[in-house]
Amino acid sequence: MWTSYLIYVFIAIGLTFNGLGVVGLLRFPDVYTRLHAATKATTFGSIFTSLGVVTWAFTQLYLSGNSWNLTLALHSLIAIAALLLTNPVGAHAIARAAYKSGVKPKYAVVDRLEVGK
Amino acid sequence: MIDIWFLTGFVIIVWILLSLLRVIFGPTAADRVVALDTINTLIVAVMVVLSVAYRELIYVDIAIVYALLSFVSTLYIAKYLEGGI
Repeated sequence: MWTSYLIYVFIAIGLTFNGLGVVGLLRFPDVYTRLHAATKATTFGSIFTSLGVVTWAFTQLYLSGNSWNLTLALHSLIAIAALLLTNPVGAHAIARAAYKSGVKPKYAVVDRLEVGK
Repeated sequence: MIDIWFLTGFVIIVWILLSLLRVIFGPTAADRVVALDTINTLIVAVMVVLSVAYRELIYVDIAIVYALLSFVSTLYIAKYLEGGI
């Protein structure tokens, strides 16, 4: 079916962005830029690999009519929603904790949190 | 022929091993927490993919629970670094 090409595209996008996030995690100079690269890119990539799973499940549901596939699709969507809601909040908490524990941005031009004190 | 889902899971596991380098060599504690958060996200992705590879529905449910619990543990470590506990 034509959705198999859609699954390949989704998985390629997901793996590419997961890899870019990991490369950014390894190569960026300080905590905040690493957090910026890793959190956004891996959240996006994981959403796209899970969307590939959802597309596969709906295709199998259309082909075979087995309700197991519908359950798989809905639970994958719930997993996507859990990632999408919890990841930015966790990144915010880590960044705030890093700043409060005394880690400074390495090449900071201006530090508004320091100015505001 | 290798199944496309097993191949996807293998590539994500390679990314997990690469980000494990940041957990090992991270200069500060915050770097290690960032790498751990990345690994948690990637583990949720690989669980969803492997549930299709093995045709097991229960893996996706475990991925949901893992996402929520890893969020709680990230918040707890962040609160500890901040000095709140």
